[in-house]
Amino acid sequence: MDSDRIDQIINKHQGQARSLIQVLLEIQSENRWLPREVLEKVSEKLEVPLSRVLRIVTFYKTFSFTPKGHYEIDVCTGTACHLRGAQRVLDTVQDLTGIKPGETDLDSKLSLETVNCLGCCGLGPVMEIGGKTHSKMSPAEIADALKKCE
Amino acid sequence: MNKILLKIDGREVEAGEGMTILEAARKVGIVIPTLCHHEKLEPYGACRICTVEAEIRGSTKLVAACLYPVEQDLIVRTRSERVDKIRRMILELLLAHAPEARQLQDLAKEYGADKDRFEKEPSFCILCGLCVRYCAEVKKKNAVGFVNRGAGREISFIPEIASKECWKCKECFPLCPTEALQAAYVFTEALVSLTSFQA
Repeated sequence: MDSDRIDQIINKHQGQARSLIQVLLEIQSENRWLPREVLEKVSEKLEVPLSRVLRIVTFYKTFSFTPKGHYEIDVCTGTACHLRGAQRVLDTVQDLTGIKPGETDLDSKLSLETVNCLGCCGLGPVMEIGGKTHSKMSPAEIADALKKCE
Repeated sequence: MNKILLKIDGREVEAGEGMTILEAARKVGIVIPTLCHHEKLEPYGACRICTVEAEIRGSTKLVAACLYPVEQDLIVRTRSERVDKIRRMILELLLAHAPEARQLQDLAKEYGADKDRFEKEPSFCILCGLCVRYCAEVKKKNAVGFVNRGAGREISFIPEIASKECWKCKECFPLCPTEALQAAYVFTEALVSLTSFQA
């Protein structure tokens, strides 16, 4: 990510320290990870100590210190989805993609995470692929949905 | 400044407005144990070892003495069965993390805490935040901070700042109630020398 774009994002928030999380979220969503140099730059520009930036970045699961794939796959393993077969969904996704939760595949296309609730428990088991929610997943549907990630 | 009268362990104590129970007690020589408290720093209320019973208008509650402001006619008990039981529990939990800490062992003896009650999980840090807050509030360097959350929370030196500021300061070392801080620093130093060696 070039530093002009980071400046743009920071300027959009008038360089205010209280916008730290918003700035980080925007960089994360565009760049798909937060390199150390970017955090140092943000800390300097927003006048927030680097230790606080790191505390916040390590606190929220949204932020990532390693590059994530182009499509982020979130499989819900919350209570309702668990009862409705989230483990089978997760196993199928792992078989099809060859990556485990927390990993990214070699061509940085897919990354897999488990989440605790996506907020629509009646539609479980639920998973999200690249921001799009898929409900009542069966193994066949998972294969179809993953094929669209090209 | 208005004078506030309160009772601590049966003694009449006069305190100023805005003082905490801990300050009022220390002024007259009543000892309340603390781990995360430091005079130069803002009260933090992390360790809860300073828990006391505070009675106001007939109802009693447990409060952290380092944070609770004094009130007119407040009755404080710094040692009671309830308070001791809580301190004992806190000590037993902290000792599972830092079994070797001298300060904790002394307190454990005083309160009869069993240091082997819980399975040991030595992280050596009790997250009192003294080093983190001292660096931020007094030295204004922010060379050490908390990272991660929940059970994985720990202190971490920021190598970029620590390599420049820490070796000539080290003022946070004696503050640490355990030995974790120094270990974290040595670890960071090793990492820094390793990366500069590679570069």
